[in-house]
Amino acid sequence: MTLSTRGAQTPAVLVLEDGRAFRGRAYGAVGETFGEAVFSTGMTGYQETLTDPSYHRQVVVMTAPHVGNTGVNDEDPESGRIWVSGYVVRDPARKPSNWRSQRSLDEELAAQGVVGISGVDTRALTRHLRERGAMRVGIFSGNAIPDEGTLLARVRQAPEMTGADLSAEVATKEAYVVPAIGTKKFTVAAIDLGIKGMTPHRMAERGIEVHVLPATATLEEVYAVQPDGVFFSNGPGDPSTADHPVALMRGVLERSTPLFGICFGNQILGRALGFGTYKLKYGHRGINQPVQDRTTGKVEVTAHNHGFAVDAPLDKVSDTEFGRAEVSHVCLNDQVVEGLQLLDRPAFSVQYHPEAAAGPHDAAYLFDRFVSLMEGQRA
Amino acid sequence: MPKRSDIQSVLVIGSGPIVIGQAAEFDYSGTQACRVLKAEGLRVILVNSNPATIMTDPEIADATYVEPITPEFVEKIIAKERPDALLPTLGGQTALNTAISMHENGVLEKYGVELIGANVEAINKGEDRDLFKGVVEAVKEKIGYGESARSVICHSMDDVLAGVDTLGGYPVVVRPSFTMGGAGSGFAHDEEELRRIAGQGLTLSPTTEVLLEESILGWKEYELELMRDRNDNVVVVCSIENFDPMGVHTGDSITVAPAMTLTDREYQRLRDVGIAIIREVGVDTGGCNIQFAIDPTDGRVIVIEMNPRVSRSSALASKATGFPIAKIAAKLAVGYTLDEIPNDITEKTPASFEPTLDYVVVKAPRFAFEKFPSADATLTTTMKSVGEAMAIGRNFTEALQKALRSLEKKGSQFAFTGPVGDKAELLAESVRPTDGRINTVMQAIRAGATQEEVFDATKIDPWFVDQLFLIKEIADELASVERLDADLIAEAKRHGFSDAQIGEIRGLREDVVREVRHALGIRPVYKTVDTCAAEFAAKTPYFYSSYDEESEVATRTKPAVIILGSGPNRIGQGIEFDYSCVHASFALSDAGFETVMVNCNPETVSTDYDTSDRLYFEPLTLEDVLEIVHAESLAGPIAGVVVQLGGQTPLGLSQALKDNGVPVVGTSPEAIHAAEDRGAFGRVLAEAGLPAPKHGTATTFGEAKAIADEIGYPVLVRPSYVLGGRGMEIVYDETRLASYIAESTEISPTRPVLVDRFLDDAIEIDVDALYDGHELYLGGVMEHIEEAGIHSGDSACALPPITLGGFDIKRLRASTEGIAKGVGVLGLINIQFALSGDILYVLEANPRASRTVPFTSKATAVPLAKAAARISLGATIAELREEGLLPKTGDGGTLPLDAPISVKEAVMPWSRFRDIHGRGVDTVLGPEMRSTGEVMGIDSVFGTAYAKSQAGAYGPLPTKGRAFISVANRDKRSMIFPARELVAHGFELMATSGTAEVLKRNGINAIVVRKQSEGPGPNGEKTIVQHIHDGEVDLIVNTPYGTGGRLDGYDIRTAAVSRSVPCLTTVQALAAAVQGIDALNHGDVGVRSLQEHAEHLTAARD
Repeated sequence: MTLSTRGAQTPAVLVLEDGRAFRGRAYGAVGETFGEAVFSTGMTGYQETLTDPSYHRQVVVMTAPHVGNTGVNDEDPESGRIWVSGYVVRDPARKPSNWRSQRSLDEELAAQGVVGISGVDTRALTRHLRERGAMRVGIFSGNAIPDEGTLLARVRQAPEMTGADLSAEVATKEAYVVPAIGTKKFTVAAIDLGIKGMTPHRMAERGIEVHVLPATATLEEVYAVQPDGVFFSNGPGDPSTADHPVALMRGVLERSTPLFGICFGNQILGRALGFGTYKLKYGHRGINQPVQDRTTGKVEVTAHNHGFAVDAPLDKVSDTEFGRAEVSHVCLNDQVVEGLQLLDRPAFSVQYHPEAAAGPHDAAYLFDRFVSLMEGQRA
Repeated sequence: MPKRSDIQSVLVIGSGPIVIGQAAEFDYSGTQACRVLKAEGLRVILVNSNPATIMTDPEIADATYVEPITPEFVEKIIAKERPDALLPTLGGQTALNTAISMHENGVLEKYGVELIGANVEAINKGEDRDLFKGVVEAVKEKIGYGESARSVICHSMDDVLAGVDTLGGYPVVVRPSFTMGGAGSGFAHDEEELRRIAGQGLTLSPTTEVLLEESILGWKEYELELMRDRNDNVVVVCSIENFDPMGVHTGDSITVAPAMTLTDREYQRLRDVGIAIIREVGVDTGGCNIQFAIDPTDGRVIVIEMNPRVSRSSALASKATGFPIAKIAAKLAVGYTLDEIPNDITEKTPASFEPTLDYVVVKAPRFAFEKFPSADATLTTTMKSVGEAMAIGRNFTEALQKALRSLEKKGSQFAFTGPVGDKAELLAESVRPTDGRINTVMQAIRAGATQEEVFDATKIDPWFVDQLFLIKEIADELASVERLDADLIAEAKRHGFSDAQIGEIRGLREDVVREVRHALGIRPVYKTVDTCAAEFAAKTPYFYSSYDEESEVATRTKPAVIILGSGPNRIGQGIEFDYSCVHASFALSDAGFETVMVNCNPETVSTDYDTSDRLYFEPLTLEDVLEIVHAESLAGPIAGVVVQLGGQTPLGLSQALKDNGVPVVGTSPEAIHAAEDRGAFGRVLAEAGLPAPKHGTATTFGEAKAIADEIGYPVLVRPSYVLGGRGMEIVYDETRLASYIAESTEISPTRPVLVDRFLDDAIEIDVDALYDGHELYLGGVMEHIEEAGIHSGDSACALPPITLGGFDIKRLRASTEGIAKGVGVLGLINIQFALSGDILYVLEANPRASRTVPFTSKATAVPLAKAAARISLGATIAELREEGLLPKTGDGGTLPLDAPISVKEAVMPWSRFRDIHGRGVDTVLGPEMRSTGEVMGIDSVFGTAYAKSQAGAYGPLPTKGRAFISVANRDKRSMIFPARELVAHGFELMATSGTAEVLKRNGINAIVVRKQSEGPGPNGEKTIVQHIHDGEVDLIVNTPYGTGGRLDGYDIRTAAVSRSVPCLTTVQALAAAVQGIDALNHGDVGVRSLQEHAEHLTAARD
């Protein structure tokens, strides 16, 4: 056993667009990266977080200090690759320990070319983002890091999240089918705007054959699979740019096909109904968020990953082009709209993640609700 | 759903005396609950026999009954108060069991009292092992996972022996039903062990039921804390992972929050099972904890058990997360739902969320095996620790090292110097879990063990093992570098190394390391425990230190008083000191100061973020305290640091703090020295003209022998500067004196051994007093029931004194004043006197809050600790009398004649310990304190008060039946009258031949029974021990004498413990018990609240 590798570690620096910088050590790949700095408060589920396409072009700060403890396995990723553009942790594991672990997270990040930084005061950074809002950031590691002024200039040249149209970048290019587990009861067309692997799995568990379609799918392509229901997934970017998915959804709504949306899908439903969307100061990213189902009054602890939200009235039923609509779910921390439902057509959506990977399973009933809508339509 | 409108009054049951497995955490939870309920406008009625609790302060509840927590007494309280509801989930197993009995005997129904917070069915489902197994099966049916360990329920030894075969052989786990802290459970590796453990378990279980279970030794162990409201919302407040794998009671394990080695999928599975269990069990509102074991090789999950109530773990989880479980449980019990309750810390977000941590919490247990040298120190599923320390850091290594130094015990911190031991030997030693195993593991690593070897020996998770290697690598680097640079010091601090550890490794003094560190600008920052990983702004200044970048301590304008707490509970320094610290905080806050609490004990009220304006959850070492003082001095003015109230821990820092320029208020360090140093104290006594027993100090056997020869045997010997009579012994001859000196490792020229004349037959008296430099306020005079020579902490006592007259009080007052003045006390002083013949000897003086302060305060209805804190900050007794904090006139020495009599009784942990052969440990009282807690009995006459104290401590005194008497020769004379009284009350007496003969000569008949040493008689006549085991004895009187003689009754006394038969080991206790039995046999014993007592006392004072 050698002495602590402290001296041998490669230096790294994180520079925020407002000029604040944190020094640390290289983690994962050595190099440089840019993105929007956001923090995630989940204490478990780093593998799921890293591979969630919604984190595309974001540099994720983990508030939990120890990351990598359970290593990396091939079962838990939510997509085929790591999507975060950078990773910020305080104390990376030196040795993973878990019966399912196949390799270390450090190795995995390096292998996928993800630039990270460790050893920084992640709490100070989180507080900064909370007070100043999510902002652009750069991570630079290596033995020849330029001065901070140069770095800052480069951070400020990086693209902003507001106005970014990203779902096509992360979505599948080819349609594919996730078969139902057990007897097939329904067919669902799922529009991949950055879908997580667990979502079609949760549907498949309920006897749904899921046809995952590219973000660019047309209405004809959707109905070509003869769907009992249509699903709009989560995904990265600014919903105000998602004109194609909005148009597609309006087509689905017009036909009154049962519709379910998650996260980005919720924002698209909001837009399809004529509501606006806006960027939250620092977003909701974690797996402990209290959401109230306003129809039952019950509170569910839920997984969130959203930087934008729908601007819909909480206190009344709204009249829309597709009939009456209401806010079905709300986050109790800040009263942000977390779910919408149509009262006259079979459509609803939530801003959070009932598929819950990572996160609690409290909201899994929403998939059952989707099944009920499809059953109702058949009857 | 808002608050229920149909409940106007609630009875809350506390947990009674501090015992192993049920400690101060229930004062913390009970106090929170009472405050919440009172704030909701309910009338709160409280019963708790433990006076050293904040919850029994008269302001906390509307009617506070310091009465025994037995169904009989609780029924009397219900009959008198007629509460609408009973909340039984906040007083540990004691409260839960009492509530169940009251349900079963129909009392609750009779008086129309609704059980809230838990229903009987849910309690039974959670607690009864067989029913709980059914719960787990039902859960598996519903959600597809969760299972119990394979097991069988047994009601007899035959069941037990047959059960082993069905489980596939040894080892098996034995768990008795309905006991707390895992009492009576253990691993059996063969039939002999099985018979012993299961035999005791069947006895201990109130339902004569034990569970045998497949062994899951070495698996990973986890715990979840959950809460549910009446709208079926469930949240998981905290996950806890045990550093020590399965096989060690979670109370005895080093535990870590949050769980460190679970993937999200595995964690969510535990969460799903946990939620399904709380629903299936039917906990309507409130909290519960559920323990899980996970097979490290394949992830198989086994549900071990659940507690359908607030527990020790929930107190830990509350402190670890900032989510106040007991407080919220109380609100849920009266009808609120989680989303209606705001999160105190953020104020803006609701309690219906799951806390997320951006730090690591480590809890380490504090043991007291040194007090029970014959006890087996192997850790098992029976909890043996007496206290715990918690530490918070930004990573595991930092939290772990802080926790280990918080234990404040020699050798508890990792040591990296000294000879490297033998690897094989150290690894072999690490296999057996013991107090300090983690240190053995570290030594094995130093000796070259690999990570795999450590895992194979201990089954400690490889991630934790690697963290130990990380610590060791940094120690190596500290040792090997040519000079310490800023980077390396910062790195070492980031992993929790103390200045003292760095100093030891580098061969430097601690203060030199500190100077270098400060010169390099390396200081800790203080982060906030905020429940949400900084997602929302925190309003509650609950801090921990870390070597990170940004500090969160806000500036303030009010002058601050920093109060140093007492650290982990241990025998001799327990909840009583926390009580005084909390009182100081309240009083100083009222007086306009900003109060800052420093402590590391998660069980306490002092570490509730609601108690003080600011809380630093930090170790109480010089380094940690100096850094806090520094941080607070940057935040605003500091009025002073209070060290007098937290016991020996802060007192020991007093001089060093002053030397570092810290403004220590109250009694000065020099005055403390004057009381603790034998020579200096001798001069104080001489000047005041007060006698002390003849004594001397020695550093060698030769010196000790010379002193003993001069003053005559028996002598009382003890090390200097100790609390709780640590190492104190009455020595009857030279041989034992020689071995005592040889065994004492702590003796050195600066720490000599004290040799005192032992006053046989003296009456011991304790005095608590306040002194402001001019005036004395005699807080209370306590007369011990046992004679001098038994540690005051273990002795029962009465206040006001029952056999002392006005003249004695006058002498005590004069002596106390002389000492307080001579020492230079500013605040509290406790003095122990011995009245022998007609001479009042001074045994010792402690210029600090004593263990008896809460008892004295409650017995006299005067808040002494509050007054002491005010005096420390400059108030005078006259001012405090004027203000109303102290009575206008008179004091604890001038109590009116009809003042109530309060009796304090100590509670001993005997039944917890076994020697390595599985036999009980001896129960004889001595000069070394071994009790874990105390109860108070209060009534208008001594006999009743004494009977109540016994009922509170050990269960009711018998009022009829068989009494066995065997006393030492010197006690035979004083035994006769009480023995005659027992006969008069209808007792049948049993005695060994010698005692029986004396009784017969005095006209008292007694059945002669065989001694244990005589063995059974020719016709199968039983020995006394067999009689006891067969349940044929209701009361035991057995007084030992001398070292050898003390051992004679060993078997009798251990049998008494295992059968829970009251056992009196002094004739004074017998005399008191007879008065108690007399009171019980003469009419009804009533109950009266402290508020009523106080009203009566105040009226009598005026």
